[in-house]
Amino acid sequence: MNLLIKNGLVYDPINGVEGEEMDIAVKNGKIVEKVNERRAKVIDASGMIVMPGGIDIHAHIAGSEVNAGRLLRPEDHFIDFEAKTEVTRSGVGRSVPSTFITGYRYARMGYTMICNPSMPPLEARHTHEELDDTPIVDKATYPLLGDWWFVLEYLEKGLIRECAAHVAWMISATKGYAIKLVNPGGVEAWGFGRNVEDLDDPVPNFGVTPREIIRGLCKVNKMLNMPHTIHVHTNRLGQPGNFTTTLETMETVSDMADERPVIHITHCQFSAFKGDDWSTLRSGAEEISKYVNSHSHVTLDMGQVVFTDTTTMTADGPWQYTLYEISGNKWINHDVETETGSGILPFRYRRKSYVHAVMWSIALELALLIKDPWKIYLTTDHPNGAPFTTYPRIISWLMSQKARERMLEKINRKARKRSLLQGIDREYTFGEIAIITRAGQAKALGLRSKGHLGIGADADIAIYNIDSRTVDPSRDYRKVRRAFKNAAYTIKSGRIVARNGVIVESIFGRTLWVDAVSSLDDETATKVSKDIEKRFREYWTIELENYIIPERYLRFPIRIQPRRRSEK
Amino acid sequence: MSPNVFAGKELVEIMKLKVWEGNKKRALRDLFEIDGEPKSAPRAITLRISGDLRKVRMIGANMTDGKIIVKGNVGMRIGEKMSGGEILVEGNVDSWAGCMMTGGRLEVKGSAGDYLGASYRGSRKGMSGGEIVVHGNVGNEAGCFMRGGVIKIFGNSGGFLGVHMSGGEIVVKGNCNEYPGAGMLDGKIVICGLVSSIVPTFTIEDIKETVKVNGEKITGPFYRFIGDIADHGHGRLYISKNRNLHLKSYERYL
Repeated sequence: MNLLIKNGLVYDPINGVEGEEMDIAVKNGKIVEKVNERRAKVIDASGMIVMPGGIDIHAHIAGSEVNAGRLLRPEDHFIDFEAKTEVTRSGVGRSVPSTFITGYRYARMGYTMICNPSMPPLEARHTHEELDDTPIVDKATYPLLGDWWFVLEYLEKGLIRECAAHVAWMISATKGYAIKLVNPGGVEAWGFGRNVEDLDDPVPNFGVTPREIIRGLCKVNKMLNMPHTIHVHTNRLGQPGNFTTTLETMETVSDMADERPVIHITHCQFSAFKGDDWSTLRSGAEEISKYVNSHSHVTLDMGQVVFTDTTTMTADGPWQYTLYEISGNKWINHDVETETGSGILPFRYRRKSYVHAVMWSIALELALLIKDPWKIYLTTDHPNGAPFTTYPRIISWLMSQKARERMLEKINRKARKRSLLQGIDREYTFGEIAIITRAGQAKALGLRSKGHLGIGADADIAIYNIDSRTVDPSRDYRKVRRAFKNAAYTIKSGRIVARNGVIVESIFGRTLWVDAVSSLDDETATKVSKDIEKRFREYWTIELENYIIPERYLRFPIRIQPRRRSEK
Repeated sequence: MSPNVFAGKELVEIMKLKVWEGNKKRALRDLFEIDGEPKSAPRAITLRISGDLRKVRMIGANMTDGKIIVKGNVGMRIGEKMSGGEILVEGNVDSWAGCMMTGGRLEVKGSAGDYLGASYRGSRKGMSGGEIVVHGNVGNEAGCFMRGGVIKIFGNSGGFLGVHMSGGEIVVKGNCNEYPGAGMLDGKIVICGLVSSIVPTFTIEDIKETVKVNGEKITGPFYRFIGDIADHGHGRLYISKNRNLHLKSYERYL
């Protein structure tokens, strides 16, 4: 089907287009120069804004921990369910929606690509099965490698080439997209009831420190020439005073910087706490934004907290234990054999709680104090900070000081007094929103054909019913929220999938994976796979043959081959 | 079916109300013979329902006022989330009766199933107000995650009575199966009959001659236990001394 989107106000930051009235032509799922107007379906987008399809760099939407979260929360599904329609399937969901509902709800908001972080390699098959069942959106997933025994051992012995080869093998075998580190070293230590205190605290039973793991994997990431940087959930996440660890984490890889960023600090809000304990908790957003403003090797995502009932889930077992102690709620604690761990726990963020209100403020402060929107992206670490369905509210907070002030009035008084938000009058423009919700994320993920509307790009397009020429988002923030809640049109691969919040066609997106092994020389590759074979029988509960996911197992795989790079 | 739904509707309208039967929508008059005088306020309405109601669910759900009298055995979730008014059942009720209720009164002449006055599965919001009286026996986990209100059971209770409760009062005149009050944080459970066993994470506090429940004085003597200390709870568990000789060994800790 050919499409012609006429007279829309186009926001395409990668190509430098900011609110110009333009036509966009689509043919065979790609954006083209022009199509024959008489043969194409014409969408009249006058008075609406047109953006590339949204991209979420970090949202837990599939895998064993998400599924365990679903099992843990029947009461969450009880209050929110959708009946089937002629096009869609039924499902449940609020904070941990079922796979189908996840796809539909993202599509309604104009999102077309979601990255699922923290996949335990052992659960890769399960994760891909769920991703395959998530309709409409394109997917990618990051295997957890920061507490991986092989990695720790290779790094302990200083075998960086072997480590790279092993990581490459893992990413190819699990059909992953990027290297994810969660509390590097700490999750392994948690297996023995401990945690790591800072970057130089050695991991029990291994002679490496978190700093060596981060540096090692960062080097590996560069050697393999991966499209994304390392994706780091910092040590000491969620502990007061952890902003120093976060700054150190960023600084420790600064010498590896070249023209591209080398580290992504994910859900940074949770890693930007100042203070000695919960009662003296303060925002560390100022220090972190100062660092990020003066360095170019870092990207962040927000990890915004919204005051609602949600489900927290992460591979960071020790942090979940802390949350359990705070809330006394039911929780799941899980150890994934030799690979990693996880914890899941329902949590309610309350406006009147000092700590929760400070957390709400920190994420917004980060987004507003970091001057370059290309360095910070909108996430809630779904569902940890809030379900992804709250993005329109967050957009309205970013675009309107008035909206922020209205919320500030309702939060804990002490938190309000200490919040830096009162001194910030910055308001995001529509162009900047396009960067933090799609263009910037596409760039950080190294996606060439996504996040923009140039010729040859994938025809993933979102059209929102709001006229950026007449609406003042600062005053009419409710209009903004409404517009971003239900896209007027969501177009995926050149097909109209959602119209004013109604799914009109359900198609399946693709799964992007990086064939990192292709960047290795054959000799190293063979040596490493021999190593793995030998150890596999000793340590894993499944056979190596069943561990590797063949490409044909995925519904619509897209293989990305990084360019081979000469080692320095 | 509740006074709130019927209030302000003509009889013909009530007959046409849609209800689910399995996965199909039916009119109320296809399933019931309906007669009576329409009233405008829920308070003025007394609903009399009779027949084989074992598969009829959610009678009186969300009701705020008025009265329902049921003759016969009733299905699940009767009086769910009710906040006022009164339901009287002259028969047995199935599971989840009065679950999540916040006020009003539910009286059952027969027995009740599991999860009487409980929370929805997985939720921590159990019954928080009102009164439930059961003249027969109840199943397992009555008062699960209960936060307030009173449950009075004249017969016997199943296991895990008042599990996770954080407020309110439960009294059982008959016997009780194992582990009453497991995981409880606060509130009061009184058992006048035999208890097969209690959770080891309860400590004995003292022996009380009488105990007050909802203003009513019950004579004992009772062992008073505090727990569940595994969850840092300080709920009170009163267990009849004379009927539970197997708990005598606790007396040496007094």
